[in-house]
Amino acid sequence: MDAQENQVTPNIIAEHGLTSEEYDKILEILGRAPNLTELGVFSVMWSEHCSYKSSKKWLKTLPTEGPRVICGPGENAGVVDIGDGLAAIFKMESHNHPSFIEPYQGAATGVGGILRDVFTMGARPVANMNALRFGDPRHPRTRHLVAGVVAGIGGYGNCVGVPTVGGETNFHTRYDGNILVNAMTVGIAEADRIFYSAATGAGNPVVYVGSKTGRDGIHGATMASAEFNEDSEEKRPTVQVGDPFTEKLLIEACLELMATGAIVAIQDMGAAGLTSSSFEMASKGGVGVELDLDQVPAREDGMTAYEFLLSESQERMLMVLKPGSEERARAIMEKWELDFAVVGHLTDTGRMVVRHHGEIAADLPIDPLALASPEYDRPWEPVPKQPILAADEVSEIAPPDALKTLMGCPDLASRRWIWEQYDHLIMGDTVQRPGGDAAVVRIQGANGAVTGKALAITTDVTPRYCLADPEEGAKQAVAEAWRNLTAVGAMPLAITDNMNFGNPEKPDIMGQFVGCVNGIRKACEALDFPVVSGNVSLYNETAGIAILPTPAIGAVGLLDRYDGSAGIAVRDDGLSLVLIGGTSGHLGQSLYLRELLNREEGAPPPVDLAAERRNGDLVRRLIAGGKVAACHDLSDGGLLVAAAEMALAGNTGVSIGVPDGVPAHAWLFGEDQARYLIAAGDVEAVLSAAESAGVPAAEIGHSGGDAVAVDGAPVALDDLRRIHESWLPGYMAGS
Amino acid sequence: MRAAVIVFPGSNRERDMRLALGGSFGEDPVMVWHRDTDLPKVDLIVLPGGFSYGDYLRAGAMAAHSPVLREVKARADAGVHVLGVCNGFQILTETGLLPGALMRNADLRFVCRDVHLKVERADTAFTGGFRAGDVLRCPVAHHDGNYFADAGTLDALEGEGRVAVRYCDETGAPTVAANPNGSQRNIAGIYNERLNVLGMMPHPEDAVHPLLGGLGGKPLFDGMAAGIGDAA
Repeated sequence: MDAQENQVTPNIIAEHGLTSEEYDKILEILGRAPNLTELGVFSVMWSEHCSYKSSKKWLKTLPTEGPRVICGPGENAGVVDIGDGLAAIFKMESHNHPSFIEPYQGAATGVGGILRDVFTMGARPVANMNALRFGDPRHPRTRHLVAGVVAGIGGYGNCVGVPTVGGETNFHTRYDGNILVNAMTVGIAEADRIFYSAATGAGNPVVYVGSKTGRDGIHGATMASAEFNEDSEEKRPTVQVGDPFTEKLLIEACLELMATGAIVAIQDMGAAGLTSSSFEMASKGGVGVELDLDQVPAREDGMTAYEFLLSESQERMLMVLKPGSEERARAIMEKWELDFAVVGHLTDTGRMVVRHHGEIAADLPIDPLALASPEYDRPWEPVPKQPILAADEVSEIAPPDALKTLMGCPDLASRRWIWEQYDHLIMGDTVQRPGGDAAVVRIQGANGAVTGKALAITTDVTPRYCLADPEEGAKQAVAEAWRNLTAVGAMPLAITDNMNFGNPEKPDIMGQFVGCVNGIRKACEALDFPVVSGNVSLYNETAGIAILPTPAIGAVGLLDRYDGSAGIAVRDDGLSLVLIGGTSGHLGQSLYLRELLNREEGAPPPVDLAAERRNGDLVRRLIAGGKVAACHDLSDGGLLVAAAEMALAGNTGVSIGVPDGVPAHAWLFGEDQARYLIAAGDVEAVLSAAESAGVPAAEIGHSGGDAVAVDGAPVALDDLRRIHESWLPGYMAGS
Repeated sequence: MRAAVIVFPGSNRERDMRLALGGSFGEDPVMVWHRDTDLPKVDLIVLPGGFSYGDYLRAGAMAAHSPVLREVKARADAGVHVLGVCNGFQILTETGLLPGALMRNADLRFVCRDVHLKVERADTAFTGGFRAGDVLRCPVAHHDGNYFADAGTLDALEGEGRVAVRYCDETGAPTVAANPNGSQRNIAGIYNERLNVLGMMPHPEDAVHPLLGGLGGKPLFDGMAAGIGDAA
């Protein structure tokens, strides 16, 4: 690179998303002006995406420890002990901006990135999940985005051979200009063979494994740290292209190499590529590193140091090996037909020195750059509380009509069109398929052995609640995830949080963020449900319109017996339906209000965390005791929607009677929290267990027939099924 | 009764297949890496599902030129039984061991769902666990499962009893609605002329456990254990 190309001007500084204060700090750290390559490194390392500069002050307040936590946030993914010498490793991560620009590749590489975060730590990925938000279905772009994102998630996961076992999808006009694609991977590793990223041992070789480096994705991390505008289309070249076949080879090769004991440290090259991975590894291990870019496998000729360091080409890993193990590692990589190169070594200088064509292209101190990244206490305004909406302020609609509308509305209609494009069965361990409260996957032991236990996995958040009351909404997201795990009979273990928000430089947006973090903290503390990994995606705004605050929660639970899980399907006549938990008939921010009355208002349902815990612990005991034929968490749409979903899943009708003295619409469609609907053969056993646990419980109906009936007014299951199943395929077909 | 499962770069259902074979054969299959040309002496060779070589060309086209496939062909010609499932079926058509081709699904989307299959005949070494006309339930999971052959080939397949399984409804009727991918004449699996090579798109290996997809595929594996016998 000649001197002129390497010139840093104020314009270039601004183009790199650095403020003048940040640039002054760079001058202070280096004691000189950076060259362009070095500026590029600072820019990505200090981007919001990599440095969490707006969020870390608040994220530090989250509970991250617990008796089962082996490794909390800060590594590639969180690690939780699941007994029998095994650990579950998981994380959720966003790929929002790329997916909006190029939905197929954006979503596909999102899946690829989160898979790498998990197998980097020594785990075989065993399940994928996702949380998707799209704009209004009537928005001209929405259909194209849904089609591309779903195909991309499927295209990557199906080829890699990891089942995509569930997720959630919502539509709202506030995502018209910024969709959300949050992908989660769960893996299983031997608990005493977890791999970390801290590089140690001066002189140890640094090796590069995987695909070659090209010019794709340069500045992806910086793009993810700015608002969109109408020119964002031009950013298409910053979206990477996924190669799931290479990822599959990389998984097998890395797991094979890990088993040899040759690896000291390992880190995937995700956002900010080679730069971020080498800095993180060296910083965590307190060492320096020398890299020779001439050794890096390149896809194209003539790449500059700047491009090598900032490329976000996919399916690449950086490793520190034990000295002398290079040839063994090379043989394994060659077996899997992957590139392998020794690209440098560790030093004791505490600096990263990068050589290119025999010259020093960058020479940067590691800790000041990695640890002294900016941390902002951004100004924030609390979100004003909304009034609680009373039932008599909400019109009553005949329950059968309301039910039919809700079951076919975009947020409640069947997602079959989506999950049939995901291979949710590969590996042969899927106990509960998509469509229930949580997916249940039998645990694979070491070397693919079959075990008797299972993991339950769910993703949840109700963004409209978070908009109305960030703290209460975030509590609800955590509580619903906890309930969904409980509803299949699992013991909730831990969560990963994917915080999607607008521009944090705006005090109202920052207020949403602060409120949501507070809500997550309170719920996680009350439910002993630590946060073990997470990701923050800010600047989800286009033309000044921010998304709904969306703190997506991915959660994992444990079942001691995979054959002991409960599902939502009511399959037999003559079962009693028991409502667990108290009902006040809270209609504020409900889907009933929005879908039937076109109103989005009021306070969201309050979350009583003590009741959540009490009620959930009871439900889990009842399931373990074999008292539960079917169980469903109550959430969007309330009681009657849950009952209808249970009836459809098992193709068995249900009859429900509205109790005296409550407004029917509030009782049937209110979205009060901490509730479950259970189908049970022995109703007395359930009611007496509830009574001794101090949990409100009432028999509200029974199963049988071929309709969902409320006080004798039926909706035929066949009608309901047609309504429920036809919306999404019809929409995607353009009708 | 020994089986070998051939593993290509990009195979991904080999574990599912290993568990299903092991469950019925009482012995785990040998897993054979695609570069090995000295295939052990076995009674059954299985080509599992996946995306061999990424299927970036035509599905199965690259794997069909893998060194091990020459040996698989030679064994098949010598009468050894060969089962190809999903990507394995695609590879078998690409090698010419089975006629026809598997095109992109008619609706162009990947499809993963349970289907019903009608077992056309029960007198082959693969299907002794069924009765002719039995309807079984097991999943499909593929992007390129749309079976195509010219009319003459299709007529020959039907005339010679070489259609193994057909997509159908719960009652066994081969309806349009029951066909997940647009396959001609609802064909889900076929035999070669000698009836020792079977290719099928659906995944019986993912239906061998009552809680994990049901037992629809189990009779296939049990039937092979009894029907193929020891070559030794």
